[in-house]
Amino acid sequence: MRGAKHGRGMSGFAEHYLNLEVLAQYGPGILGGLWVTLGVAAATVIIGIGFGLLLAVLLAARIALLRWPIVAWIEAFRTLPQLAVIIFVYFGLPYAGVTVSPFWATAGALGAVLSAFAAEIFRSAIQALPSGQWDAAAALGLRFRATFFLVILPQAVRLAVPLLTNRAIAIIKGTALGTAVSLPEILGRAQSAMAIAANPSPLTLAAALYLVLFLPLVVASRWLEASRVVPR
Amino acid sequence: MPEGLQILIENFFDWDSALRAWPLLAQGLGLTIGLAAVALPLGLLLGLLIGLGCALGGRLARAALIVWIDLFRAFPVLVLLILIFYGLPFLGLRLPAFAAAVLALVLNNSGYFGEIFRAGLASVPQGQREAAAALGLTPLRAAWLVVLPQALRGVAAPLASNSLELVKATSVAALAALPELLRSARVAQEQTYNPTPLMMAALLYFVLLWPFAHLVARLERRMLAREAR
Repeated sequence: MRGAKHGRGMSGFAEHYLNLEVLAQYGPGILGGLWVTLGVAAATVIIGIGFGLLLAVLLAARIALLRWPIVAWIEAFRTLPQLAVIIFVYFGLPYAGVTVSPFWATAGALGAVLSAFAAEIFRSAIQALPSGQWDAAAALGLRFRATFFLVILPQAVRLAVPLLTNRAIAIIKGTALGTAVSLPEILGRAQSAMAIAANPSPLTLAAALYLVLFLPLVVASRWLEASRVVPR
Repeated sequence: MPEGLQILIENFFDWDSALRAWPLLAQGLGLTIGLAAVALPLGLLLGLLIGLGCALGGRLARAALIVWIDLFRAFPVLVLLILIFYGLPFLGLRLPAFAAAVLALVLNNSGYFGEIFRAGLASVPQGQREAAAALGLTPLRAAWLVVLPQALRGVAAPLASNSLELVKATSVAALAALPELLRSARVAQEQTYNPTPLMMAALLYFVLLWPFAHLVARLERRMLAREAR
């Protein structure tokens, strides 16, 4: 059946990849997936940056008991593939009595990965500041806590922003991986629509939506990078 | 031992399941390494060509290449893979899963690597190129012998980091029915009815990739230290 529908040339191409009938039927459903994608992305960034900053602060506080668990967390989630973490959370954790929805499996897994990168970036930025900053604050009579939160952390955060932005963008692109645990976001909905309609136009729409979502972020990160003055 | 912990260990570290899953996982690991071994050099090469094109080409070529870079940086690699593997057959072009995965990884990373090489080459002062020209080097030889080595030193950290991300991203091939490590683990899990194979896959990924992750962290720390000064 499908072989017979294979057209030739541009009209055949349009019939397959920009079929207006198919798009009219399935487009609204796929657009609905946009909100799921945005929701997972927002949750990932909030969990990832928030928890990552907390981990970096706890590391800087030099609490001996917490050091190894935090380092293990950072090393594990920096190293494992995002999809492997999502699959593990969704299909593995139920055996430990923890069952999570596709939404929270994806956001939690991506958030854990982002938190590890963010903690490492914050930690490196804190360490990268010249020790003169600590000395100067001490000379002004500031205690450890005041020095850390008023002098060191603000500078470290500023130093971390470009690396952090690029990493966050790279990781929220992983929301599409939620498809693997039947998260009804853009790609998952497009794929099932494609299967039902036996036509890839839903995929074209999904690809266009991803471009609309991520192209501005990519271009913005280019500007951010260009505006950063790197003294050598 | 507390009962809860006992059950946890039996589920996640079950020896019999591990033995049964091992052949599948070993085969999957081989495929993961194979994917990385093909896609990483190709991605680096294409990225380098794009970066050189930006450095040597005219305004129009540079604009076109930057559009290429940003387009492929904006697409999630899984979306590319699905387009190639499930979308192209409608045009009559049916790629095997391995080739589709390599193509998706290479296109996606040509954007990332292209941007890294472009920025690295752009950071080398113009005077270096002029000095090379004054010595009688052709633009191509000047780029290869004078500019590129200096550019590479500046971008070692992002290059290493992105190479690691490429190897990690081979796992998305699992969603194009390619039995690499992650998919093999899922298949094994359906045979053993417990998450031990998933645990093993995670451990294998960790053992395989941790040395590189460690290297990347060190390079990034050095880069930040240079910027903080």
